[in-house]
Amino acid sequence: MNQHFMLDGRSIPFEEGQTILQAAEHAGVFIPHLCYHPEFKPHGSCKLCTVKVNGRHTASCTMRAVAGMSVESDTEEINAERRALTQMLFVEGNHFCPSCEKSGNCQLQATAYHLGMMSPHFDHFFPNRPVDASHPDVLLDFNRCILCSLCVRASRDVDGKNVFALSGRGIGTHLIVNAKSGRLADTDFALSDKAAQVCPVGVILKKRQGFAVPIGERRYDKAPLGEPVDTTEGR
Amino acid sequence: MGLNDMHAEAVAGIVDRVVARYRRDPTCMLQILREVQEACDWIPPEAIDRLQATLGVPRTKIEGVAGFYAFLDLQPRGRYRVLFSDNITDRMQGSKALMDRLCHSLWIERGKVSEDGLVSVAQTACTGMCDQGPALLVNGLAIPALSEQRIDAIAELIRGKVPLGDWPPEFFRVEDHIRRPDVLLGCTMAPGDALRAARARAPDEGLMASNMRSWREGLPTGLGGPIAVLDEIKRANLRGRGGAGFTTGLKWEACRNAPLKAGQQRIVVCNADEGEPGTFKDRVLLSVQADLVFEGMTVAAYAIGATRGFLYLRGEYRYLLDRLNAVLARRRQANLLGANILGIHGADFDIEIHVGAGAYVCGEESALIESLEGKRGTPRNRPPFPVTNGYLDQPTIVNNVETFAAAALIALNGGDWYAAMGTRHSAGTKVLSVAGDCVRPGVYEYPFGVSVRQVLADCGATDTQAVQVSGPSGICVAENEFDRIIGFEDIPTAGAFTVFDRRRDMFQVARNYVHFFQHESCGFCTPCRVGTSLLRNLMDKLHKGAGSPYDFAEIEKLNHLLQAMSHCGLGHTACNPVLDTIAKFRPAYERRMMQRDFTPAFDLDRALAEARQMTGRDDAGAHLSTETGGQA
Repeated sequence: MNQHFMLDGRSIPFEEGQTILQAAEHAGVFIPHLCYHPEFKPHGSCKLCTVKVNGRHTASCTMRAVAGMSVESDTEEINAERRALTQMLFVEGNHFCPSCEKSGNCQLQATAYHLGMMSPHFDHFFPNRPVDASHPDVLLDFNRCILCSLCVRASRDVDGKNVFALSGRGIGTHLIVNAKSGRLADTDFALSDKAAQVCPVGVILKKRQGFAVPIGERRYDKAPLGEPVDTTEGR
Repeated sequence: MGLNDMHAEAVAGIVDRVVARYRRDPTCMLQILREVQEACDWIPPEAIDRLQATLGVPRTKIEGVAGFYAFLDLQPRGRYRVLFSDNITDRMQGSKALMDRLCHSLWIERGKVSEDGLVSVAQTACTGMCDQGPALLVNGLAIPALSEQRIDAIAELIRGKVPLGDWPPEFFRVEDHIRRPDVLLGCTMAPGDALRAARARAPDEGLMASNMRSWREGLPTGLGGPIAVLDEIKRANLRGRGGAGFTTGLKWEACRNAPLKAGQQRIVVCNADEGEPGTFKDRVLLSVQADLVFEGMTVAAYAIGATRGFLYLRGEYRYLLDRLNAVLARRRQANLLGANILGIHGADFDIEIHVGAGAYVCGEESALIESLEGKRGTPRNRPPFPVTNGYLDQPTIVNNVETFAAAALIALNGGDWYAAMGTRHSAGTKVLSVAGDCVRPGVYEYPFGVSVRQVLADCGATDTQAVQVSGPSGICVAENEFDRIIGFEDIPTAGAFTVFDRRRDMFQVARNYVHFFQHESCGFCTPCRVGTSLLRNLMDKLHKGAGSPYDFAEIEKLNHLLQAMSHCGLGHTACNPVLDTIAKFRPAYERRMMQRDFTPAFDLDRALAEARQMTGRDDAGAHLSTETGGQA
C-alpha cells in the first residue's frame, strides 16, 4: 500500500489491481453506487459511481487506480449528474417508496436521499411489469428492478444456478428467471441462495417479513448512506 | 408447414441438425439461434428446451441472447415477417405510404401478426439500401426499390403463400451503383498477388527466418515477412475506416506483441456490421471486392501471426452469405487459406463468417466480440482492449471491411504508394455511400481531401441545405460548410453521405435519428438506456406541438449526461444529430416552440383517442375543447 492517488484533494492508498471505488471504500470514502458489490466482479452499468479522472468521466468501479492520478468525486457537478441518473432509474420503473416494503432498506432510496433528490424530475414511463408471487418463500416485484444484475451474478457465480438473467434490449431490457413457464416457483431458487440476499431494491422480497422491522428503524433510517451532499438545486 | 403446429420432435430434429453443424459449441449460440429461426420462423420454447439439453447451457442464457437481437423472435411473428427499413432516406422515398398500403392490402395492423398467423409487418433500422430504397426485409432477405406495383405483388405472393424461393428473383436484386471507382473499387488484382508481394518484400534473412520458424513464434524486430508487412502498413499511414480512425499499424503491432497464454491464438476480425444509417459501402465492397477484403484479412493474419479469422456480417446482408462462403471455398482451394498458405511454412489461417441478427451496437468492436462469442452484444469494460484480450480472451484485431481491402492494396503496392494518395493526415482513398436528394446515389471512392461541394456536384445534388456525413453519429454539415473536406483533419467519416435539399425538414431528420438510437441502445448502462428514451420523448413532444423553451433546456441537459456518463460511443453520440441541427437549423425547432411556458407532454384529449376508436366516434362532442385539453 505504498502507492497513492488523489481523491477530492485527499491522498488515497491502494494496492495493485484495486479499482478507484475499492480503494476509496477501503479508505472510508463513500462513492455512490448501485450495481457494485464488493463480493462480485464489477459490472459498470449503473454509472452512479462515475468520477472524473484527470478531467475525464469514468466509472470508478471498473477503473483501476493508478499512482498519481487525480480523481474528482464529491463535486457539485458530478453529484448533479448522479442525481439525474438516480431520477432516470426512478422514472424508468415504478418506484413508490411510501407503499414499498423495502422502504428504509432500499439502496436506491438511500442514494436518492444522499444525493438530495427531491423529485423524479422526468416524466414517468409507468411500465407494465406483472409481479411473480408463485414461489412459496419469495415475491418478485419487477416494477422496482434497476437491472444492476447483482442477482444474476450471485446466482451464477455463487449459487451455481443461473436462476436469473437479463433479456430484451434497450429500454425493454428485463429480468427473466430460469423456467419455461417464466415463473420463479418452477426454478430451483431457494431462500438460502446468495441471490436472495443481494437485491439493492425491492424486487426480490422475502414473504411474511415485509414489516417485521417497522419503517423508521431500518438500515438506512439508522445509518444513511455517506454524508448528505450539499445541494442547492435539489430537484 | 405451419410452424405453430410444428411438433416438438420436429423442432428437436431441426435443433439437433443445427447444433451438430456448429459442433455443439455454445460460443456459436447466436449462429445456432439464427438458423433455428430461419428453419422454424421463430424460436419456439421447445427449441430452447432442446438447446438447453444438447448444449448444456441454462435457459436464462439462451433467452437472454435471443431477446437481445431484433431479428430473433421469441413469439411467433408469422410465416412471412416483413420489416420496412426506417431510415430517413426510406421515409423520403415514401416508405410509410408503401407500408400502409401493404398493411391495408393484407388487412393487418402494423406491428401485429395476422389472425391466421401468416404475416406480420413492422419496421427495422436502416437496412443499407439507401441508394435504392425504399427497402424491406422479408424473413431476413432484402428487397430494395419498392414501388406500389412491387408492394401489390408482394401482398399477392404472401396471400398465395408462395414460398420465398419462388418469388421473382429480380425482387431480390441489389444494385452496386458504383459511380466513382478509384484504387479500391477499381482494383483488378488477381487473388493471392498481395500475399505474394508481401512475402517477396521480406528481406532475405527474414525470408530465411520465416521459412525456418513458424510465423507464430514471432521474429526479432526488423526481420521477416510479417515485420516487413507491418512496416508497409505503418508507412502507408493507414487509419481505420470504421469511423474512429485509429492507426491500423499500431493496432496490429499491439496485437502482434500481446503475449499468448497456453492454447491461445491470435484472431483477425473483419467488422462488416455496417449499421450506421445511410452507410452501404461495405455491402458493395463485399459484393465486388470480396477477394480483396479476405486477402487483406490474410495479410493481417500474416503480419500479426493470427491463425483464426471471422467476418461478422450484419444480418441485413444475409443474402450475401452464400456468395461469400463460395469465395472462401475458392480461396481454400487455391491455397490462399488453410494450412501453409502459398507454401509458407506455418502460415495457417482460415476465415469463418458469423451473421448478426439486427443490433447496431454490435458494430462497436467489443460488443461485436461478445456477439461472436454467442452472447448479448453489450460493449465491454475497457481496458483491457481487444488487442490483448479479445475473442475468448485472446489477442484480437477488429478492423472495418474497407480497412482490410486497403491493407491488401498496401501489401501489393507498398506503403509509400498508398501514402502518396489523399492528404498529409489522411492517406489513401475513402469510399462514400451517397444517398438522399441527388440524381446519382451510390458509392463514390475519392482520395481523402475531397470537398463536400465536389461530392454534391458529382452526385447531381441541387438546392442542398445539409449533408449528414458519417450518419447520425457523425456531423450535419450546412451550406456554409460545403467547402470543408472529407479527412481525419476535418470531417472524419465511416462513409455515409446523406443529402437533404431545401424541401426537407431538418427537425424530422434529427427526430428520425433519435428514434434510431433509442431503438438500438443496448440497455446496459443507465444514461443511454433511459436517456435515449427521454430524448425521444422530448423530440416527440416538440413534434406534437407541446414544446417550450423549457424542453430545449432539457435536451441540452440530456446531451451533457449522455456524453459524460454513457458506457460506449452509442450513448456518447446519440445527441449529435439534435445538437447539430439545433445549432445549424434552429428555425426548424423554433417553428415547433408553440408554447411559451412549460406544457406537459400528457394530452388529455389524445389520451381519449382509444375510447373514441372503441366507440367509433370522432365528432366534436367526443373531443375536449382546446382550453381543457391542452393543445389542439
